[in-house]
Order: sequence, then structure tokens, then C-alpha cells
Amino acid sequence: MSGRHAMGEPASSKPAAGEPLLSARDLVQEFVVRERGGTKAGVVQAVSGVSFDVMPGETLGVVGETGSGKSTLARAILQAPRPKSGSVVFRGTELTRLHGSRLLQARRHMQFVFQDPFGSLDPKWQVRSIVAEPLVAYRTGDRNARQKRVDELLDLVGLDPVRHAKRHPRELSGGQAQRVAIARALALSPSLIICDEAVSSLDVLIQAQVLNLFEKLRAELGLSYLFIAHDLALVKQVSDRVAVMYLGKLCEVGPGERVYREPLHPYTRALLDSIPSTEPGAKRAAATIKGEPPSPINPPSGCRFRTRCPRATDKCALEEPIPRELAPGHLVACHFPLSEPAAAATATADATIS
Amino acid sequence: MSQSLLEVEELRVGFAVGGRELRAVDGISFSVNPGTTLAIIGESGSGKTVSCRAIMGLLPSGTDINGSARLNGSELIGLSDSELRRHRGSDMAMVFQDPARSLNPTMRVGLQITEAITTHRKVSKQEAQTQAVELLRLVRIPAAERRFHEYPHQLSGGMRQRVMIAIALACRPKLLIADEATTALDVTTQAQIMELLLELQQELDMALILISHDLGLAASYADEVIVMYAGKIVEQAPAARLFGRDGSVRMRYTRALLDAIPHMERPAHSALPVVGGRPPDMTALPVGCSFAPRCGSAAEDCLAKAPNLLEHAPGHKWACWHPCENGVHS
Repeated sequence: MSGRHAMGEPASSKPAAGEPLLSARDLVQEFVVRERGGTKAGVVQAVSGVSFDVMPGETLGVVGETGSGKSTLARAILQAPRPKSGSVVFRGTELTRLHGSRLLQARRHMQFVFQDPFGSLDPKWQVRSIVAEPLVAYRTGDRNARQKRVDELLDLVGLDPVRHAKRHPRELSGGQAQRVAIARALALSPSLIICDEAVSSLDVLIQAQVLNLFEKLRAELGLSYLFIAHDLALVKQVSDRVAVMYLGKLCEVGPGERVYREPLHPYTRALLDSIPSTEPGAKRAAATIKGEPPSPINPPSGCRFRTRCPRATDKCALEEPIPRELAPGHLVACHFPLSEPAAAATATADATIS
Repeated sequence: MSQSLLEVEELRVGFAVGGRELRAVDGISFSVNPGTTLAIIGESGSGKTVSCRAIMGLLPSGTDINGSARLNGSELIGLSDSELRRHRGSDMAMVFQDPARSLNPTMRVGLQITEAITTHRKVSKQEAQTQAVELLRLVRIPAAERRFHEYPHQLSGGMRQRVMIAIALACRPKLLIADEATTALDVTTQAQIMELLLELQQELDMALILISHDLGLAASYADEVIVMYAGKIVEQAPAARLFGRDGSVRMRYTRALLDAIPHMERPAHSALPVVGGRPPDMTALPVGCSFAPRCGSAAEDCLAKAPNLLEHAPGHKWACWHPCENGVHS
């Protein structure tokens, strides 16, 4: 079965270099699909056996197509809904066994920013109430202290407290509304922000402004991000490490530069080849993969990418590839990775021990 | 005289918004040659979609449309609905962003394609159905006979967009307008749909207008690129001239757009060059260049007088008083 080890962390150097901020192990999330009448039609294996770490101050990017399970993964970490099995350790606390107020307390340092700012802001509330909501919910400070904090937060995300605090979401542009959502996420001074397609609905120029804001907050507040997006270039821009997801599994994790320069998984290669580039000469040089992702209700046996993979053999149908560390910190779950350094054999041995 | 398929001249579109006039499109001119691809690039509200809808006659009645748009020499602006319907579908067709909302969810896809055929042509039901299956094959849908009997919800997003393209191609139009047709799709699916559109363009000798916010898409797939800002064309050039290693973007807004895109080559955590502010209020446009309030190189003349779109180099037009140096970044 899928490896026990962390995909995304050099397994050999586990104990020494500081505790991870967030550590997910063998996360599984499934949804039962029912036919009309309520008979069970199948089980969607949205996330199956995903393990990764996020270190303090680090940004881990997660890329994948629609249905790859990246949003489900984010929600499983948040325990909303709780994952079917596996472990989520955040700041040293196991979240999957916590309930009620103890879960709430453990989670206050983990905040979410969603794709559609207008969908996640109450249209009837003023900006200042929206930003103050987490402070009220966690009974932080008195009225005056909260007011002061709201002004601080609006200032931090580049909104003018005097001009914007009393507005309603409909009086804001898309970029401004997303800044309000970010200010709200920052209210309780979190250490981790999970961004689920947080800039995908914004125009290019506004998107650049919000991306720069994320970078500024990272530098100033030492934030960590789990940055989920379908846009590979975008993820590279903000991430230290990048994880590639396909049909509920991680197929490759590694330092951003490496994954993009020397992808090891054929799926990562295919994704990179599909991006339209602003270099007209490079256009349509490489063939893209054919077909569409199969249904997650009955995923292919063995390697889930094998039905679309140009390198697939019988082995891929029979044996599920276990993540292997082929270069320092660069793991791939593939029987026939695109480049196999000589050290691969030893790295495999190391990785499976942990 | 060149044989343009579509000739747009001084097209203006205005809406009345709360007693004030909103000039969504403010005097744009361009032409499209048969078999070529034109990309119209711009942010939300730049007027790219509205101008194409005006050409297609898809704007609500009462919209103030001026200027001229000639398809194969015949004027489209000012035609009645029934006259327009003769062109729509048979001479020109449009594919939209969201295939899920463009298709009828209660109707089998085969029937929707058949309907598109029988609306425009006098053919028997049998013949139309045969053609519909052929169209499904044309857009490379596997097991076309089986898919013919399926409902939209049984198809994936990419398959639905293929069905939309099949419907658009039902009467072999000479011009196909794709309005953010691949924006909602995944990158690998987007690449497949773009490949398909270009192959079909070759097979059917069709002209293509790609409306998009994605400069990468324009660079990869278009012959000619138009950049719109606040209802006006601010730069127009062949894609090969605009992009690439020695590309020569001159208009500062185009430059800002290109610089703001996260690039594969850019190191992680590097600050993106940004321009502040946001697009102007379209009901109260500034006197001068509409990009001037956000432009880092704006001078007094930019605020005083709007630059016209002029052909400064062969095939390359831009509207800017202080353009970027040739080939030099920002």
C-alpha cells in the first residue's frame, strides 16, 4: 500500500531539523455516491493516502486538475469534513481526534482563503464586521481593541480603514473583496493560511497585487501557506516546494525549481507541456496527453495515471508505485520516472525504511 | 484590396446605466482574414466580449450600437433579428465560456446538434441526425453514436465544450468566435480544445476570434493580437512581433499585463511588477489616455489628450504618447 513516510520531506532527515508546522499522514477522504432512492452507487476516493509536511515559514504549493482532490485535501486538513482516516498534526496537536471547543482552539492558527471573495463574504455585513468576526468568535479583546485590530488589518492588506471599513462587499472590486477575506483570515494571527484557488478569479493585474500581498505577509509575519491552485506558473511563483496531485494521490513532490525544471513524473511533464507560453516559437511543440481523467469512483488499478501515460506497462496496472526519493527532497510515485539517477536505488531503500 | 472576411469600423457600443452613458466599446476598428486567428485580449470590462456580441447581434435591444461590421461585404449592424439569424450559425457562430450553462440540460446532446442543423438548413430529420453524429466525430468525441443519446450532465466539461463547438460548426461558419471558451477548463483539456479548434480551422478554412484574458493563449495560438483597455484598442500587432524573446510590446498597458503574469522562469517569491489602481469608471472616463492614472510613465500630455491608435511600424499599431523602448522590458 501507499508509503507510510512523508511525501515531501526527506525521510532520512526526519527528527533533527525542527518540527513541521503541519504534518499529514495517509489522509483518506471518501464520499459515498447514492443513486436515486438511496442505494449505494459507489465510493468516490477523493483523497487516498496523502502524506506531506509544511515547515514553519514554508509555502507548499499543490497543483492538480479539477477532481484531483486538492480542495478535498484542504478541507480534510481543516477537519471540515473530518477525513475518513489518517492523521493531521498541526502545531504538535493531532486534529483528527479533537472535538468541539478543543478543535476550535487548535484550529484558530489555521485560516482559509477561498476562490470567490463575494461568495465567502456576507453581503449584508460591513467590511469592519466581517474582519472582526473571528475576533468576536474567539472572544478576543474588548470592543475598542477589536476596532483597533480591524484598522490594523485593513491597513496591512492595503485597504484604507477610513474609506473601506464601512462599505459592504458589493461596493468593493474583486481584488478589494479578496483583500478583505485575507484581512479576516489574518485577524487571529494564524501561522498557516490555506489558499484554495485564492487568486484564480481575479484579473491579471489585480492577481499580481494580491500575490505580492501574500509574499509581503509571508516575509513580515513569517506565515506558512498551503497554496492550492490549478495554475502551475502561479504555484511556482509563491511556493518553496510543490506537490502534484492526480486522482486523489500525490504523484510528485519536490523543491519548486526542481519539479519544474526536471519533472520526474510523466503527469507533471504533461501538465507543464500544456501551458500556453508567451513565447510564440515554443507553441505546440510537445504533444499533450490524450483523454480525460478517469472517474474517481473506480480509479485504475496500480498507478492511477497509467490509462493516460505514454510510458505505462503491465507493471503499472499491477503494482501501485510507492513514492521514492530520487534526489534530495524530490519524491516521485512512478515505476518509470522521466530520469532515474544512479543513486535512485539507495534513495529508495532509505525512503521505505522510515 | 485585401479580402477581409470581417471588417469592423469605428464600432461603438453604449449602455444607459442609471441615467449616465456607459461607453463599453469606443470606436474600434479591425479586420479578420479568412483562415486566420485573431486574439482579443483584455481584463474584465475592457469591452472585448461586448464588441463581439455587438457583431453577433447578441446584445439586448435598445443598446446603442454605431459604426459598421461587414461580414463578406454585407453589413451586420442595424439588421433586424430575423435578418441576423440568417448570418448567425451559418456564416458566423460563437462558443461561450460555460458549456454547462449554454447547453440545455434536459435535452440529449444529439438532439441539440440536430436542432442547430434543421434551424438553418432544409434537411430531413434522418439526414440531420447523420450529420450530427458526423459533427460529434469531427470534434473528436469518442463513441459518437453513444454520446449522441446522452445528456449534458453525463459529459465532462471538456466533452461539453466539444459539443458546443459541434453545434457552432453545424452550418460550417466562416467565422467562429470563442469567448473565453477554454477558461473554465483544466490546462490539459484546454490544450486539447485549442488543438481541436486549430485543426478544425485548417479543415474548414475558418477564421477564428479568440476572446481571452490570457496573453499566453494569444501568444501560443493567434496570428494577430488586439489588446483592449477601457473600450478602446490600445495595441495591435502580429503575435510573433508582440511576444517572444525579441518581442516589441510598445504600449505600457500591454507591457504591464505581460509583466504581471507569473512566469515559469521567474524565481519563487520574487515580487511581481504591478500597477496600482484599477480600470477606470466607464461612465466617467478621464479626458486623456484612460490608462494614464495607473501608468508609471504618464506625463502631462497623457492626462491632457488621449493618444490615437496609429500604425507606427508595419502592421504594428499602438496608442501611447510615451511607448516602451523597442524590445526593452518596462
